Amino acid sequence: MSEGRVNQLEKEAVKSKAEVNEPVLVLDHVTMQFGGLIAVNDFDNKVIKGELLGLIGPNGAGKTTVFNVVTGIYYPTKGRIIFDDIDITPFKPYQITHLGIARTFQNIRLFYDLTVLENVLVAQHHELSNPDADRILMRNGKSPKNTQKMWFWRAVTKLGYTSKEKEMLERAKNLIEKVGLSHVMYEKASALPYGEQRKLEIARALATEPKLLLLDEPAAGMNPKETEDLMSFIRRVRDEFNVTVFLIEHDMKVVMGVCERIIVMDYGKIIAEGTPEEIQNNPRVIEAYLGKEWENV
Amino acid sequence: MSMVEKKLSTKTQVILTLLFILGMALLLWWADKGFDSYKQRVLRLIGIYAIMAVSLNLINGITGIFSLGHAGFILIGAYTAAILTLTPSEKAMSYLFGIQPWIKNLHADFFTATLAGGFMAALAAFLIGWPVLRLTGDYLAIASLGFAEIVRIWANNALTITNGPLGLKAIPEYSNIWWVYGWLLFTVVFIASLVYSSYGRALKAIRESRIAAESMGINVFKHQLMSFVVGAFFAGISGSLYAHWLTTVDPRITTMGPMLTFYVLIMIVLGGLGSITGSLIGAAIFAILFEWLRDLEQPFNFFGITVPGIPGIRILVISALFIAVMIFWQRGIMGREELTWNNLYKWLFARRKEGEKS
Repeated sequence: MSEGRVNQLEKEAVKSKAEVNEPVLVLDHVTMQFGGLIAVNDFDNKVIKGELLGLIGPNGAGKTTVFNVVTGIYYPTKGRIIFDDIDITPFKPYQITHLGIARTFQNIRLFYDLTVLENVLVAQHHELSNPDADRILMRNGKSPKNTQKMWFWRAVTKLGYTSKEKEMLERAKNLIEKVGLSHVMYEKASALPYGEQRKLEIARALATEPKLLLLDEPAAGMNPKETEDLMSFIRRVRDEFNVTVFLIEHDMKVVMGVCERIIVMDYGKIIAEGTPEEIQNNPRVIEAYLGKEWENV
Repeated sequence: MSMVEKKLSTKTQVILTLLFILGMALLLWWADKGFDSYKQRVLRLIGIYAIMAVSLNLINGITGIFSLGHAGFILIGAYTAAILTLTPSEKAMSYLFGIQPWIKNLHADFFTATLAGGFMAALAAFLIGWPVLRLTGDYLAIASLGFAEIVRIWANNALTITNGPLGLKAIPEYSNIWWVYGWLLFTVVFIASLVYSSYGRALKAIRESRIAAESMGINVFKHQLMSFVVGAFFAGISGSLYAHWLTTVDPRITTMGPMLTFYVLIMIVLGGLGSITGSLIGAAIFAILFEWLRDLEQPFNFFGITVPGIPGIRILVISALFIAVMIFWQRGIMGREELTWNNLYKWLFARRKEGEKS
């Protein structure tokens, strides 16, 4: 069987799975308004568990704002956001991360003066220090990520802490190995080449052990070779780490090559939705990107 | 080229550290016996400055909160402890404007008083942290500087509590070498184990990028407040030691006002912002240099020319030096590195290896 055929079958399998599976994230008529500007206008869609969803649109369409609303950086003007059956609309970014949404940034935001290993370890810290987010989990009938208390005093006195530190270190090294950064484990993040910095940012997001991974333009600024690697990397991440991936991308090659479903935004509104093939031939999408043809105006 | 994580085993490092502490203790014991009283005072001042520097380094260097309110916490610690160690009869003598009755009979031993000073400073940091830590950058610096000034001016005016501008005099000189260096050891151990834990990594992450830290599940405000409170606690401790070294506390600008904050800032920038061992080195250099420069304030002979001493010239000299450090040597002595056994070993080893190659 040719590889293309296998991919086709896989995509169909995922598609049918998606139909029976419940959504992991629901954006329920979300509107985000900044003064007179409506950045996101009545966004009503959902992310299905296990899928690879793309969000595209011309510059200023409101894509990143959607991510910022989901991760709690902005509080939506209207609408609700439901993640894993919990209404996360009022929660703060660190609480939402604790509940299981991790993200990367359009312009890379690594902890540059820390090593690769430390960058990944930082992302595990929330397990110790977020009792308020754990209470949210328990209120909704889910198991908390941390049942022991007084981690600050444990860390300072080193009583009942070293085993946890060892376990975190083990996990972080494992993750770095898996994503293929072990050769730079003790290098500072600022010393990595661009492509590896992007990879590290994804690895750091994965270290929070998310259910949903939001990638904001992961291929921005990459050369074709790096982009190629990234595409296979994203697919591998989805399968190996068992996460749902929701990504914003400008590079059409990446979106069409990786995503199983695509949402197109323009001026804050969803203008189209469907498989890559459907999107490619959708006249409204072509219009949004290239403008109307002269005769049609 | 990837670096090797570890060269020395944990056991070796622990033994070396214990040996180092023992060696320092012997050195201090010898200094306690052999030094004249002036040198001893400088030695104790180094220890007190070191506590101030390490605690400010936690706030400024590790967490990246640009706080200029350290003198405020030092002052709170100093007054709290001094009021507690003075006996009721001593207090009755020095308070010329009357005294609050609840303060008059308060009395405690030096250890309890120092601890109380630390806790009062920590409480102040907790209360002031709520509003101030909502700010960032320059705004935070100005707000914290304002806080320190408010505390100082309050001390200048609360006559029945602090004895106003006269200050507290004849405080017993309890800060001997053992108290100072005992507290310094405790400070360094506490802050180092905090910094080299998951919490310390989170604090450094906040310094590197607030937004990314928040997105990685770190409650930025809570962690900043924690760092602020811990730093203030040790500032309070150092304030108590300082008061019992100076034997007076008063609310003048030069003793515990903004000047002191800037001195401590010079120490940590000189040693390397973000390095605990750097802060220790910076404090030692500053204290020695600052005492040594006193010679400039006396009339002295410079190649046959008699130079009249200018009072206060040492502050000018040290400021010029600080500016030079900022221009030519921004990372300070240690940068963000630590002087650990591993690094020492690595530097020596790497240098020898390079020598072999060439």
